[in-house]
Amino acid sequence: MTEAAAEQKRPLKIIPRKTPIPEQDPQVRRANYDEVSLGYTAEQAVREAGRCLNCVKPGCVQGCPVQVPIPRFIKLVKEGRFKEALDAIKESNLLPAVCGRVCPQEKQCEQGCVVGKKFDPVAIGRLERFAADWVMQHDLAEAPLTAPSTGKKAAIVGSGPAGLACAYELAKLGHAVTIFEAFHEPGGVLVYGIPEFRLPKLIVAREIDLLRKMGVEISLNVVVGKLVTIDEILHRFDACFIATGAGTPKFMGIEGEDLNGVYSANEFLTRMNIMRAYSPDFDTPIRKGERVAVVGGGNVAMDSVRTALRLGAGEASIIYRRTEEDMPARREEVHHAKEEGVRFEVLAEPVRILGKDGFVTEVECIRMELGAPDRSGRRKPQPISGSEFRIPVDTIIMAIGTNANPLVPQSTADLQLTAWGYIVANEQTGETSRKGVYAGGDIVTGSATVISAMGSGVKAARVMHQYLTGEKPAPTGS
Amino acid sequence: MAAILEKRLIRKPDVFYFRITAPLISQKAKPGQFVMVRLHERGERIPLSLADIDPEEGTISLIVMAVGKTTNEMVLLQQGDNILDLCGPLGQPTHIETVGRVIIVGGGFGVAPLYPIARAFKAAGNEVTVIMGARSKDLLIYEDEMRKIADEVIVTTDDGSKGTKGLVTDVLVKELTCRPAGLVVSVGPAIMMRFVSEATRPFGVRTMVSLNPIMVDGTGMCGGCRVTVGGKTMFACVDGPEFDGHQVDWIALMNRQRSYIAEERESFEAWKRRHEQMLGSAAPVCER
Repeated sequence: MTEAAAEQKRPLKIIPRKTPIPEQDPQVRRANYDEVSLGYTAEQAVREAGRCLNCVKPGCVQGCPVQVPIPRFIKLVKEGRFKEALDAIKESNLLPAVCGRVCPQEKQCEQGCVVGKKFDPVAIGRLERFAADWVMQHDLAEAPLTAPSTGKKAAIVGSGPAGLACAYELAKLGHAVTIFEAFHEPGGVLVYGIPEFRLPKLIVAREIDLLRKMGVEISLNVVVGKLVTIDEILHRFDACFIATGAGTPKFMGIEGEDLNGVYSANEFLTRMNIMRAYSPDFDTPIRKGERVAVVGGGNVAMDSVRTALRLGAGEASIIYRRTEEDMPARREEVHHAKEEGVRFEVLAEPVRILGKDGFVTEVECIRMELGAPDRSGRRKPQPISGSEFRIPVDTIIMAIGTNANPLVPQSTADLQLTAWGYIVANEQTGETSRKGVYAGGDIVTGSATVISAMGSGVKAARVMHQYLTGEKPAPTGS
Repeated sequence: MAAILEKRLIRKPDVFYFRITAPLISQKAKPGQFVMVRLHERGERIPLSLADIDPEEGTISLIVMAVGKTTNEMVLLQQGDNILDLCGPLGQPTHIETVGRVIIVGGGFGVAPLYPIARAFKAAGNEVTVIMGARSKDLLIYEDEMRKIADEVIVTTDDGSKGTKGLVTDVLVKELTCRPAGLVVSVGPAIMMRFVSEATRPFGVRTMVSLNPIMVDGTGMCGGCRVTVGGKTMFACVDGPEFDGHQVDWIALMNRQRSYIAEERESFEAWKRRHEQMLGSAAPVCER
């Protein structure tokens, strides 16, 4: 081996830790609704991008539900070509500013990162967010070019992540797209569910503006299944994608859930986010709990408990029946919640809710221990008899998932459903039992992530294109 | 945006009739359904029952009683003004069937949504008896309209100023004792619907009530409108608003309707104060 070859083989000196990201101080931010994470500066981003090995066989891309060309965009960041970096991301991801903030990177791209085998993985999510924010801040965001009109019309039901991604892809391919949204504001869970401190609404609004610039029509206050049916849509459109999202919230079925002060996370977050109940200038009422308990361990639970803190709760707790390691929430959200002073009552489950004069006063819980693994592969929590204890509360928020929304299924003949009322759709193509009708997102999978919903929208759009034109769309990224 | 085509006071001082341009909704809406209304950018979403549907004119009608901030703001709107967001029709329509005799029991301004329901039962070939009650004669609404479509209209007032002195339930029991009915449909304050359900229970007559719990989205997402019916959690916006009155947990419903009493009073008072500061005069609130 020559001297030069040995030099090349010598391992690169990798900075072991992720470049820290500036954040609002926990004591300050728990009293405001501004974004927690402030994002990388250009210098920090270039430094972090320098940690990427630009692997030939990138594990990160495989971990990404929409296969963002991660090494390519990171290389562009490293070279200071931020706009081009974003263009590379946008080949396969319409909403990088959103995904950079809300994706569970530790379970996706960053899990596959080669650097991460020995050190911290490259902060892919933070770099994605940086590229999107930098372009937005420099007013360089532009709607992508659309193919010449195909003369075909597609309808999309719901303007959440699945619907937006599908609309974006279809519009790019030259179809005339109309989105029907039940609420008075588009964005679905991105506006009614995810709080401002984690995903500023301005970011969602700007992304939706770009869609409108591409010619996508958004028709608000239209409840499909009530004002128009899928069959009527098929008379006016050549194809349809159903992405109605989350349905009615689950409750535990325990005593006292009817008491005032017991919320579903959907209701609590809807009041706070899209209806802006935290602001005295808005009319929607909200209960300002002093002692709040949130039941659940997912992102929605973390969003709820941290929102309750910001609304003024003196004490806010998470009650979760498994351990902290089992929580499905993003690691960063758990970490942020703890920094802000949220109490974690793990291996505990509510058994009844007590009240006085119709309002909640206490929640009785029981301690749990982990038994044998259940069907999900996680160890099944079992109550320890006689271990009941009570937590004084005035507000309880149930963040334990949702059921299927019945409006489209009930009003559409011959649409095959699962036993739980979700729409049966091919995971790869979005095809349903009805010709020309596709579906994706939570109405197919049940509660899942923003990025998986987006992935389903993109996949369906490409199959819809083939259905509409008889031609395969060019592969993503070309 | 939906334009207000017509607005008039139908009961002094605080109950107003609105006819609103809503061509698409009017094509689809059925008796028993409701709409969600948001008046302006900072407004809340409130559910309002359909008091009439005219698909030919492309309009729907709503009856609004000024009780809190939003309803007081709404009754300040005039003919030609717009409602920012109007969403519907929502909820399951009343199941219109032919059962022979149907007794319709309404209280307060709950009589309004019963009008299209009564008309549909009549059109389906039923004999329709309407029992409508109020505290006194000045508080009765929709009596003339009901007389035009029903076979019989019986008015009750608490003070005896018109019709039979007493409660709707007194007349209902008498009617059911004299002659059976296949169905009772009731809309009004929860307490009245509860007593109507209790009154019909011994007769074994099916009793449908239209519940009015708190709602936010109205489309089966938030769960705010949950009610317990037959021991099961149901959602008024997608499973209802009509339920079997004999199965409803009335105590829980009435308790949940009180969820925001304090917050709503505060919001209403703040609105009145702001109004006074801005205009230098008292807010034109429908004081009772």
